[in-house]
Amino acid sequence: MANTVVSSSKFNAWFGDNHVVKDVTIGIEKNQVIAVMGPSGCGKTTFLRCINRMHELIPGATTKGSLKLYDDDVYQMNPIYVRYKIGMVFQRPNPFPNLSIYDNVIAGYKLNGLKMQKADLDNIVQKSLTSAALWGEVKDSLHKKGTFLSGGQQQRLCIARAIAMEPEVILFDEPTSALDPISTASVETLFHELKTNFTLIIVTHNMQQAARVSDKTAFFYMGELVEFDETKTMFTSPSDSRTQNYITGRFS
Amino acid sequence: MDARIGIRNTKSILFKSVIIFFAFIITIPLIIVLLYIIEKGVMQVNWHFLSHVPVPEGETGGGIANALVGSLIIVLMSSIVAIPIGMLAGIYLSENPGTKLAYYSGLCVDILQGVPSIVVGIVMYFWIVKPIGFSAISGSIALAIMMLPIVIRSTEQTLLLLPDSLKEAALSLGVPYHRVILKVIVPCGFAGILSGIILSIARIIGETAPLLFTALGNNYLSTNILKPMESLPHLIYTYATSPYEDQHDLAWGASFILLMFVLLLNIFTKLITRKWQIQL
Amino acid sequence: MKKNDRLDLSYAQMKWETIFKRILIVMSVILLLLVIGVLTTLIIQSMPTIKTLGIKFLWGKVWDPVNNIYGAYPFLIGTLLTSFTALILSIPFSYAVAIYLGEYNVKGWLSDLLKNTIELIAAVPSIIYGFWALVVLVPVVRTLETKIGVAPYGVGVFSAALVLSVMIIPYAAALGTSLIRMVPSPLKEGAYALGATRFEVIRSVILPYTRSGLFAGILLSLGRALGETMAVTVLIGNTSAVANSFKEAFFGPGNTMASVIANEFTEADHTQYLSALIELGLVLFFVTVVINLIGKRIITKYTSH
Repeated sequence: MANTVVSSSKFNAWFGDNHVVKDVTIGIEKNQVIAVMGPSGCGKTTFLRCINRMHELIPGATTKGSLKLYDDDVYQMNPIYVRYKIGMVFQRPNPFPNLSIYDNVIAGYKLNGLKMQKADLDNIVQKSLTSAALWGEVKDSLHKKGTFLSGGQQQRLCIARAIAMEPEVILFDEPTSALDPISTASVETLFHELKTNFTLIIVTHNMQQAARVSDKTAFFYMGELVEFDETKTMFTSPSDSRTQNYITGRFS
Repeated sequence: MDARIGIRNTKSILFKSVIIFFAFIITIPLIIVLLYIIEKGVMQVNWHFLSHVPVPEGETGGGIANALVGSLIIVLMSSIVAIPIGMLAGIYLSENPGTKLAYYSGLCVDILQGVPSIVVGIVMYFWIVKPIGFSAISGSIALAIMMLPIVIRSTEQTLLLLPDSLKEAALSLGVPYHRVILKVIVPCGFAGILSGIILSIARIIGETAPLLFTALGNNYLSTNILKPMESLPHLIYTYATSPYEDQHDLAWGASFILLMFVLLLNIFTKLITRKWQIQL
Repeated sequence: MKKNDRLDLSYAQMKWETIFKRILIVMSVILLLLVIGVLTTLIIQSMPTIKTLGIKFLWGKVWDPVNNIYGAYPFLIGTLLTSFTALILSIPFSYAVAIYLGEYNVKGWLSDLLKNTIELIAAVPSIIYGFWALVVLVPVVRTLETKIGVAPYGVGVFSAALVLSVMIIPYAAALGTSLIRMVPSPLKEGAYALGATRFEVIRSVILPYTRSGLFAGILLSLGRALGETMAVTVLIGNTSAVANSFKEAFFGPGNTMASVIANEFTEADHTQYLSALIELGLVLFFVTVVINLIGKRIITKYTSH
């Protein structure tokens, strides 16, 4: 299916002997916002980190099964190339403190030593910061270091940094859990705009956020993908009782 | 009851006074030494002193140019060897904390830190002087070995303080590991690493023992690294123990110069850590 | 086109990644090789005297290179006397600094001033201490010795120990300061809440809590004292004979393992002589390394719980 951008088939992941992701089979379509939710320790973040092959950087971490970007198995591809094609935004905003805002946005190019025309770079910086709804706030301080930015602004800078690479997919690992409500709102409005050009997969601890921003939601429980459906359906009439229990707050 | 408390309070105040006394009185010897060196040494320093080599015993005049140039060359060579190896080893230790190699090489760093400098000197005698003769380079290698533990530990500790999120951010952009380390991690730890390097230089610039049987000394200004070369601490040692007053004067001047170098380097380190510390 | 370029770049980058990781490993291996090399050289070069004299070297009382008789005893005594005297003299001051900076005055300009001054003591090169002491301290000691009725050499174990004691203060002081600062507040607050005075809190909470760490600080100072060469060489008088009484040994000239090596290495013209000196170096190596490692081990154990 040309429209399926990320898919997995019986995908498993371990931390040493700890089996944290069990036989996950899923198909994610292009230009959608997918929320991934579940209680702590359910494997949702681990699965996310397998998509861009960050999981294997931890000593003792292993995987099994197929995980594809379009038709290519991510685990057969060059991992550096995979991470270039799939961007990630983390829980705590992590702009590079030794780089200016400008350099942060183009960090994916600069740190790789890719020589580009200044005009092109300027273009990329403006486009990415605009898409991240940050351009207006920083356009006069592009060459300052980003330490004066608020948490929400720093996170949007990280989003701009990911966007600048023009990835196929952007992964978000609990992107607003470290932010205050206003910053959270500003980031959430971005998701809706970003999906025109990207596919977003967002791991969230916050059910209400999943309901607010996503087209489809996946529910993980104890390492398994329990249910994956249209968000509306998930929250009004879920098929699995475990999903039902989670949504009604039986466990979190 | 009140009397008991009174006694206990008095004891406490007494104790504090004793502690303050002992803590501050120990600065007096240092101040005495510094003032004495400065007083005796500053008189010796003039352009002639800095640009001429020592004259034979009995004659007046002369300077420490050979020692100045020699120290510069020797320390430069040591740094060229010790800084890359030290930084890379420090990076390895901070990036691979659980491995067997990290454990044993970390142990070796601790061992090297404790080895007396004269022992390093005699080993270098057999490793380098025996094959190629007394030379500045043999002294430099001895000093480089002494620099290594300081550079390694400060690199390691600086990098361990950096959050993992920095590495993750870079890796997730498709940046390869070596660029993540060299272009993100090391620059973010720059202040700490640099101050470690400067401290290690300040340490070896005054070291005499390793040079006693390696670089030896040289009454002439030489830039030949394969031959003996004079250095500031070695000159001080030779002339301090000589019976000639003129040579004592040279030693005072050299001590003053050496002391100023060491002080400046230490002050510089403090300024760096304060000014260039990257806010994380 | 662009995709293939990027993919090619990624493969090239993977190769460099592996090269870099290998370089890092090589650098660490260099450290191992260095230590093994140093130890091997010391052992091999002292083999001649190890073979001929064996363990008796350590308690041989005569050091007579001219007649090829070698015994390390005079230097063991000299080293022990100098180092332990320096240590004992330095402890009250190191502890006072540690308690002051760690407990009484942790922040502020005066605290920083003292801290920097103590660090400065360690920064001054040892040859400068030696030179100054030779010119200023030794005559004073000489006068003192005439007053108390010993031979007025001036140089000797006593002078060396005096200077050494000042030089090693910063090590125990710096370590002690950080250890005392690490004492958890709840522990101290509990004692204060029971009505303890500052002194009592220090005596019954802080000092017992940091006891092993402070001991490690002493070990590190001792390790530094044992290995110190230049200041000692200049001040100790360089006699390899064993003194007849403690007074003579203490106030008279002597030699440490480090100073005899410094003085006689270049004169050693035959194999046995050189080998005996190297063997001293080997003993020095072992002693300082063991003391340092024990000290560091105690500190890591202390800071990890």
